[in-house]
Amino acid sequence: MFPEFGQFTLVLALLMAAAQAFFGLLGPHLGNHRYMGVVRPAVAGQFVLVSASIGVLIHAFVSFDFSVEYVANNSNSALPTFYRVAAMWGAHEGSLLLWGWILALWTLAVAGFSRNLPASFASRVMGVLGVVSFGFLLFMLCTSNPFSRLPAEMIPADGRDLNPVLQDPALAIHPPLLYMGYVGMSVAYAFACAAMLEGKLDQTWARWTRPWTTLAWCFLSVGIALGSWWAYYELGWGGYWFWDPVENASFMPWLVGTALIHSLAVTEKRGLFKSWTLLLAILAFSLSLLGTFLVRSGVLVSVHSFAADPSRGMFILGFLIVMIGGALGLYAWRAPLLKSQAGFEGTAREAFLLYNNIALVLAALVVLIGTLAPLVNDALGLKSISVGPGWFSRSFPYLAMILLALVAVGIHSAWKRGRLGEHTNRLWIGVGVALALGLAVVFVVFGAGKWQSTLGIVLGIWVIVSSLFDPIDRWRRKLTLSRAVIGMTLAHIALGVNVIAISTVESYTIERDVAVGLGESVTLGRYAYRFDKLEPMEGPNYDGVRAEITVLRDGQPVTVLHPEKRNYWVARATQTEAGIHSSPGGDLFVALGEDLGAGRWSLRAQVRPLIDYVWLAAGLMALGGALAASDRRYRSRQAAEGTTAATSTAQAT
Amino acid sequence: MMPRHKRLLMVLGIVCGVGVAAALALTAFKENVMLFYSPTELAAKAPGAAERFRLGGMVEKGTLKKTEGTLDVQFYVTDYKHTVEVKYSGILPDLFREGQGVVAHGRMQGNVFVADEILAKHDEKYMPPEVAKALKDNPPPPNVSAGT
Repeated sequence: MFPEFGQFTLVLALLMAAAQAFFGLLGPHLGNHRYMGVVRPAVAGQFVLVSASIGVLIHAFVSFDFSVEYVANNSNSALPTFYRVAAMWGAHEGSLLLWGWILALWTLAVAGFSRNLPASFASRVMGVLGVVSFGFLLFMLCTSNPFSRLPAEMIPADGRDLNPVLQDPALAIHPPLLYMGYVGMSVAYAFACAAMLEGKLDQTWARWTRPWTTLAWCFLSVGIALGSWWAYYELGWGGYWFWDPVENASFMPWLVGTALIHSLAVTEKRGLFKSWTLLLAILAFSLSLLGTFLVRSGVLVSVHSFAADPSRGMFILGFLIVMIGGALGLYAWRAPLLKSQAGFEGTAREAFLLYNNIALVLAALVVLIGTLAPLVNDALGLKSISVGPGWFSRSFPYLAMILLALVAVGIHSAWKRGRLGEHTNRLWIGVGVALALGLAVVFVVFGAGKWQSTLGIVLGIWVIVSSLFDPIDRWRRKLTLSRAVIGMTLAHIALGVNVIAISTVESYTIERDVAVGLGESVTLGRYAYRFDKLEPMEGPNYDGVRAEITVLRDGQPVTVLHPEKRNYWVARATQTEAGIHSSPGGDLFVALGEDLGAGRWSLRAQVRPLIDYVWLAAGLMALGGALAASDRRYRSRQAAEGTTAATSTAQAT
Repeated sequence: MMPRHKRLLMVLGIVCGVGVAAALALTAFKENVMLFYSPTELAAKAPGAAERFRLGGMVEKGTLKKTEGTLDVQFYVTDYKHTVEVKYSGILPDLFREGQGVVAHGRMQGNVFVADEILAKHDEKYMPPEVAKALKDNPPPPNVSAGT
């Protein structure tokens, strides 16, 4: 198959996107049903065409077509098949194609599941998505064509290989999942824009938007967690979060997305926070786009930055301005029409969700300041600066703690009227259990650590205990437990687990970088790492050395770790593979440094309690979100309409 | 209490809270901002021993010295105009090579830059933008190739 065919289908897809945007937006405006009828076929056609492009590129990778520049730069004949497929999104051009394909996939899903929505609204949603898609496809074709060929005399006999750090299963699936999250936020954005174009936003709107947003948020959670896990074991950094600009770029949409799914809950249940919800929907997708811009334009000092190409940066910046500026302009024009009517008390559930939203948005702001300050400084022509992790670690945790306390109290509050007094028992039991259990864990199991960690562990337990009252109560009274309630509870428990894990890791990690010779040991608390053996090894496209390190606890052997140091032949890169032993109590981690001469090697040895729960909790959160998004009221139409009727009468009274 | 008083107190509380938070945030920010220096800038005016900053440039070829059997290394960072000696004790990142770009965090001790962190750059094609800019301002002489 010719690579040019992939480019050709991409051009056709661009035309389809244009048709989708044009007819999708104009049809409802003119009330022309024939126009609107064009939109769904255009969506389907676009999906097929972008899929064909991806297929062509994957085919080029699998069949070693090194006449394609992108393949020549990112593959090699010794690369295993699995990574040849994953190499498709291993660098700039291909990852954009993946972005475009995932957008086409989300749009297809919207087209398929929006048949119950009013035709004009659905058409507008797909129209807005068409605009996004058009911009991205145009960007790809203008500045980052993955199909461009090398001149015949420059075609290499073999490719330059995929970046070795990317040759890892978690990283192969991390970008697609993260993009599912990033791009999924475009659906919420499109729903928001469509509502503003219609000039109508009611509780039904929130009910349509919620499952999409929650689902995108789930993907984002898993994608971020996978990336963090990968940095832990593959980069040999040995931590879960480094406030790297690109980590931040994915974290900001997550924070705002979290605020959005909670604000949507208020809009659905009570018809409040309408304009706030719209703003969050715009912000969440804007931050996703900003993330793509930051990562792909190479302006950031980061692991992820590819070679900088100013024309790309300028294009994305322009695209960003059109998408964010357009939506905000629409917002300024239309949002005043969407006044919320009902009121609520300062301790009602609405109020707590508002406080949580403020905390989440502030947290996102903290991350944004730290991430963008160096860029702003550069743009102003000032001296180059960078913001150290200290900025984040001295501001973010405190906001998070306030947020946790709000969650733990707010969970007990009821809609509209905030009679927290009715739940004094629950509050005190929660605080009591959390304090007793938390302090017991800290002082009996681990020993005193940082006060922030102690507080974090107590708060985490408090959130878990608090979120259990209501489901247990319902279960006792033999009431039905909807998936929404189970999902919410699960996600809140996961939040607690995550915070407990992070607090523990922050205080009770022991890490040492040392020089050791064969037979020597390094002691970390109760553990000793003994450097037993070093042997050569060979893989499909690399060779290297493999160490054998026995870990002893109180003198008794616990496990044997095998960290590796690999040399990839073609990429001529050295790569560390950490040796990790995971157990329910935590991880034993060792990474091999380098040959220091005199028979000694440098080792990075760490004991990290509970660290795996940081990522497991993210998975659990996503599971909770998926359960909530699949709640009955989103699936069955009658049930859904029943609830609206009920809430609107409830509101009337 | 009258509702109006209550509201006034609440507003005052919020204003105070925001003020305190902003002040704390500002100090945290100030303390954690690090400036970037190229060897030429260092030669012109070096920051005091107390200031932690970023140094960037190329690792000069043939200058990397390891003290056998320990984690101590020493090398020179250059922008082809000026050179500065760097000392570091720790594990060097995988992609640290002579003749390639590097960014290090640390402080000056006399004429030596003592690094506490050498940044891991995981792409051999990649040059830190600050280094690229510093080199653009001070282009290397034609007989020296700037990395690979």
